[in-house]
Amino acid sequence: MAKRIDLKDLNVFYGAFKAVEDVTMTVEPRSVTAFIGPSGCGKSTLLRTLNRMHEVIPGGRIEGSVHLDDDDIYAANVDPVAVRRTVGMVFQRPNPFPTMSIADNVAAGLRLNGLKNKKVLAEKVEASLRSANLWNEVKDRLSKPGAGLSGGQQQRLCIARAIAVEPQVLLMDEPCSALDPISTLAIEDLVTELKSTYTILIVTHNMQQAARVSDRTAFFNLAATGKAGRLIEMDDTQKMFSNPTQRTTEDYVSGRFG
Amino acid sequence: MSVTHMSSDSDLNAWPGSPASGFGHRSRGRTLRNALARAVMWTAFAVAMVPLAWILWSVVSKGGHMLLDSHWWANSQRGITNRIVGGGAVHAIQGTLIQGLVTALMAVPIGVMTAIYLVEYGRGRLAKVVSFTVDILTGIPSIVAALFVYAVWVTAFGFQRVAFAVCLALVLLMIPVVVRSTEEMLKLVPNELREAAYALGVPKWKTIMRIVLPTAFAGIITGVLLGLARIMGETAPLLILGPYTKNIATDLFGGLMPTLPTMINQDRTEVLQPAVDRVWGAAATLILLILALNIAGRLIARYGKLKN
Repeated sequence: MAKRIDLKDLNVFYGAFKAVEDVTMTVEPRSVTAFIGPSGCGKSTLLRTLNRMHEVIPGGRIEGSVHLDDDDIYAANVDPVAVRRTVGMVFQRPNPFPTMSIADNVAAGLRLNGLKNKKVLAEKVEASLRSANLWNEVKDRLSKPGAGLSGGQQQRLCIARAIAVEPQVLLMDEPCSALDPISTLAIEDLVTELKSTYTILIVTHNMQQAARVSDRTAFFNLAATGKAGRLIEMDDTQKMFSNPTQRTTEDYVSGRFG
Repeated sequence: MSVTHMSSDSDLNAWPGSPASGFGHRSRGRTLRNALARAVMWTAFAVAMVPLAWILWSVVSKGGHMLLDSHWWANSQRGITNRIVGGGAVHAIQGTLIQGLVTALMAVPIGVMTAIYLVEYGRGRLAKVVSFTVDILTGIPSIVAALFVYAVWVTAFGFQRVAFAVCLALVLLMIPVVVRSTEEMLKLVPNELREAAYALGVPKWKTIMRIVLPTAFAGIITGVLLGLARIMGETAPLLILGPYTKNIATDLFGGLMPTLPTMINQDRTEVLQPAVDRVWGAAATLILLILALNIAGRLIARYGKLKN
């Protein structure tokens, strides 16, 4: 299921503005990789290039290449919609569809992509909610609106929705920044569980979170405001937090700047 | 920031808002200005309300009793002259509703699709041109729209003056209202919902059809009803393109079709009481109809909103 991701000489632009510069990295399947770095360094932007969401923004484009296993997701004949079915995404703010029930939210991706069999849909909804550790909390009110759940539950609902379409990579853009510590813990536990099935990339501003959930950590920084963000260093999380190679990494993870 | 200003504590405490001055009384000047501003606002409000209340009062007091007569809602004016009391407004109510419905059937799809284009797809020059065109359309006086349709329908094509031609003119007036209101509603749909759908591998058109439009649905319906209320009171196109008749007539292409505005216009110069009563009655009916549409629009907006 899970796939390896290879970025090579990746530059990401908003129109003429270069937001991320010269990133080359490899992300192994069935691992959790954390992107850390100060605001504006391009972590989220880079994440969004991995499922071709970046180009949804007018002027958004890239140079370089992104491979999923051996497939170039930016090849001319590749449909971005198909890429997004393979690479799922969870956003910073929980965003369940307001017109849909809890069950319909989870089923949305499947149903909108043409799956009609109600029995199969119900099974997938249950399986996804179970994987997202939400089943027990919502099994009695599946037909209630998803927007009625708490913030933390909504975010797990969004995770269930994302994994219902069985992606191979899961991108998480600061998934806990709008949540309280208990909900955050629930999501972190979930990430650790999901790791056995998916390749997970998570953007976070929370150092402890990066240290807790990730196997590998990538530190990004930018030279100055208005300059492009760069990958400073990427290594095993333990090494990044105890004995990084770069001075700026050490300063950042120890809280001396940023 | 002069040095002398900073020299003594009493100077510092002198400015009225300073925390050091404590919770003193509101100054006389401020109380006075407050009262003055309040008086001006209430006067402005009253001035704006007077004509409205006046119109409502004269219409209801002169025509309200007509609405209480069951004949009013059951009969047409067939065979009734200005000396005879009686008859109803069914023919005109029917005509107004039919023309409103047919107009909506044409204007809503065009308006909604234009709004979808402007919000979801429109980039660059074409979108600007479309948006500008809608602005121009908003500013077109109804009589100009009516004369335009007359020029095309009657002068150029040689057709008769029929109800359908009235609808065409009303479509021109309704489209901009629908476009603008739908646009606002679509813009209110958070971008995160679109992105959430894209991230599930849902194509853009399907995202619009299945996520964006349902989310904005109540607002769009409200806009449509308000647009409808706007055109149902429209008179110029009816006078130019839709001749009045006292009989029930529902054929869109059959020539005459009575409506409430043309019914009002028909007898407005009459002096005999039965006819004058009917004019006021028709006016009250039209106001009631539009009020009902407005209320329906607001109710849908309130109760059809994103369910929580």
